[in-house]
Amino acid sequence: MVAANLSESSSFTDYFDFFNLPRQFQIDRSVLDRAYLTIQQEVHPDKFVNQDDQQKRRSLQMTTYANTAYQTLKQPVPRGFYLCQLAGLDPQLETNTTMPKEFLIQQMEWREELDDAKSDLSKLEALQQEVQVIQKEWQLQIEKAFDEALAPEKALEKLRCALFLERFLEELDHRLSALI
Amino acid sequence: MALLQISEPGQSRNPHQRRIAIGIDLGTTNSLVASMKNALPEVLLSEGGQAFLPSVVRYLPSGKTLAGYEALAQAVIDPKNTIISVKRFMGRSLADIGNQKSLPYDFIDTPGMLQLQTVAGIKSPVEVSAEILARLRQLAEDTFNDDIEGAVITVPAYFDDAQRQATKDAAELAGIQVLRLLNEPTAAALAYGLDHAAEGIYAIYDLGGGTFDVSILRLSKGVFEVLSTGGNSALGGDDFDHALLQMVLQESNLMQLTAEDQRALIFKCRHAKENLSIHPGILLEHTLSNKSAIQISISQETFFQLTQDLVQKTIQAVKKALRDAKVSLDDIKGVVMVGGATRMPHVQHAVETLFGRAPLNDLNPDEVVALGAARQADLLVGNKNKNDEWLLLDVIPLSLGVEMMGGLVEKIIPRNTPIPVALAQDFTTFKDGQTAMAVHVLQGERELAEDCRSLARFELRDIPPMVAGAARIRVTYQVDADGLLSVSAAEEKSGVSASIHVKPSYGLADGDIARMLTEGFASAAEDMQLRALREEQVEAQRLMDAVDSALQIDKHLLNDAELTLIEKALGALRQLKDQENIDLLRAGIEALSQATEEFAAKRMNANIRRALTGKNLSEI
Repeated sequence: MVAANLSESSSFTDYFDFFNLPRQFQIDRSVLDRAYLTIQQEVHPDKFVNQDDQQKRRSLQMTTYANTAYQTLKQPVPRGFYLCQLAGLDPQLETNTTMPKEFLIQQMEWREELDDAKSDLSKLEALQQEVQVIQKEWQLQIEKAFDEALAPEKALEKLRCALFLERFLEELDHRLSALI
Repeated sequence: MALLQISEPGQSRNPHQRRIAIGIDLGTTNSLVASMKNALPEVLLSEGGQAFLPSVVRYLPSGKTLAGYEALAQAVIDPKNTIISVKRFMGRSLADIGNQKSLPYDFIDTPGMLQLQTVAGIKSPVEVSAEILARLRQLAEDTFNDDIEGAVITVPAYFDDAQRQATKDAAELAGIQVLRLLNEPTAAALAYGLDHAAEGIYAIYDLGGGTFDVSILRLSKGVFEVLSTGGNSALGGDDFDHALLQMVLQESNLMQLTAEDQRALIFKCRHAKENLSIHPGILLEHTLSNKSAIQISISQETFFQLTQDLVQKTIQAVKKALRDAKVSLDDIKGVVMVGGATRMPHVQHAVETLFGRAPLNDLNPDEVVALGAARQADLLVGNKNKNDEWLLLDVIPLSLGVEMMGGLVEKIIPRNTPIPVALAQDFTTFKDGQTAMAVHVLQGERELAEDCRSLARFELRDIPPMVAGAARIRVTYQVDADGLLSVSAAEEKSGVSASIHVKPSYGLADGDIARMLTEGFASAAEDMQLRALREEQVEAQRLMDAVDSALQIDKHLLNDAELTLIEKALGALRQLKDQENIDLLRAGIEALSQATEEFAAKRMNANIRRALTGKNLSEI
């Protein structure tokens, strides 16, 4: 899934600039939320119902852009990949699957746990909590790589792991929601 | 597309005059129209003083139609030609209809959407709905003795693209300018939130005649943000009636019923259901057309047991919506009950048990959706001041995807994504020299294409032959503020592209609407041409006004050359506006549009900057 092109010229250099935020991994969620709502007040199609077609079109494009930008920045993993993209790095998601050995071992263990838990709600929830704690740790490391070490290529390696975790959690969540 | 407009276009309005806009709740059982009167939304009453128009249409051999109470009164004597609960057929194929056998109609299994054979010919659910909408429009026009600027029409939040498109088509067919399709629970939240100055996270539980919706919203400082939505577009009060009917049929050993008896009994069951909400037990009596009599006593407890699984289904959907919204039960500040079916005590009880608090029943559950829609319609036509405005941010209820090799679905836009939105996915060819690619557009949460709703199919052709995997085909899905989808596909290296509005395959093709218009609401071709011209003149005026006021405020964003270009195009269009040549007029609009495109973009960007930083662009 990729963001659709905003066909017309935009004077904003990137999503961070659009929301008037510094270009870094760590964000103040309340500032982002407020900026998002402020922009929506300006561009939302409901404000242009009585306008000419050109303004309606522009409003649709800008609101779409605002939604995409917001969805990208508010979640850590998409935000990280976006920062890498801005740094000119190719995420190589399809081709590069190298990951630290201990991470892969942990993954395999979790996978086994997931299989063993079958439909046991409490086991699944315990596993979910465990993975979420580890996920937070990875996020912290990613933040350090981006904002302190200023090393996006290092962050990218960690982001691949974080993406793995996220997909695992999604699968877990899918199993959980089937149970309730 | 606006084939018919209600207001006479071309007449300029006094800018201080209030514009009349209406909110319409097009319900499964009853429909309502509301509008603002003295700063408060009010349901408009018919001449007979009724707030509801039963959503019933009867077709007569002459081609004439009856609707509302008139049609309802004859529903039992002419069940085949008297259509009730047509909303359940909107955007649905025959295979989607669960209880076909207990329905008295002669269905026609047409691709995309089913049709009905009536004494007045074949009718699509869109046409039947348009009959209801046309009555509501008439009621509004009579009430105000004026033309209606436009309407907000509500749809169940869980309606998919086909059902939404069908609803919009019906409104256009009824000569209504659709300002926006608004989700029913969102409309209810708006009415509730504004009435109670509510802040915090609320759940809207909306059990109507034929559909169930649940939406979780965050209300804060004039912003109504939908966090998630869920439901079932084929579960409503009707299903409780049918459960009772099945029981009655079983208990009285009835196998074959005439259509008339069937219809009479379903009404008796509906009545019984309503009474069982108030009384501990009732006696259901009916004399069949063969003179044999039915007499069954039903206790409240029996009824509750019989329908508990239906209630449980709604509770499951609520739990899923809470998960999707990533909020817990403790975060919920209140549960607003909407829809007549929420009067059933076991529904109230189940909701109370889940949330551990009594649900909010202080708004009329039958009217709240129409009242919210009226408020939104009033806002959209511009009757508000900037400081009492609000903002609705809604989401898409069901994931949108595309079929992959092997019949699997790749999701492009996940459910609960805020709209409007555009997302894309890149694909490639799998055979050497492949020159065409089929795009199958799907909606739903299931993994297999055959389990999801098929919205459209189209082909991208003339891809230059390349080795397998070399082409880069980007498929883009755009969902607008009405929740309606359009899809485009392009091969990035060659620039070959194709796009569709998802209308023709599941909604109606434009040709169909034109045909219905000329058949049903006779209007001469000449009339249509004149109308088209007037519409273009209005658009020209609107554009010129917009450019004029934009220049007044933001002229400084332009250099001299840009300004000259715009003024030239503006002058040219001014010359063309009062001439009767539609082609020249269109060209003039297009020219001014192009000349100001960059300016419009700059202005919107400048407004964003100004709003975020409190500074003018020139200061940055």
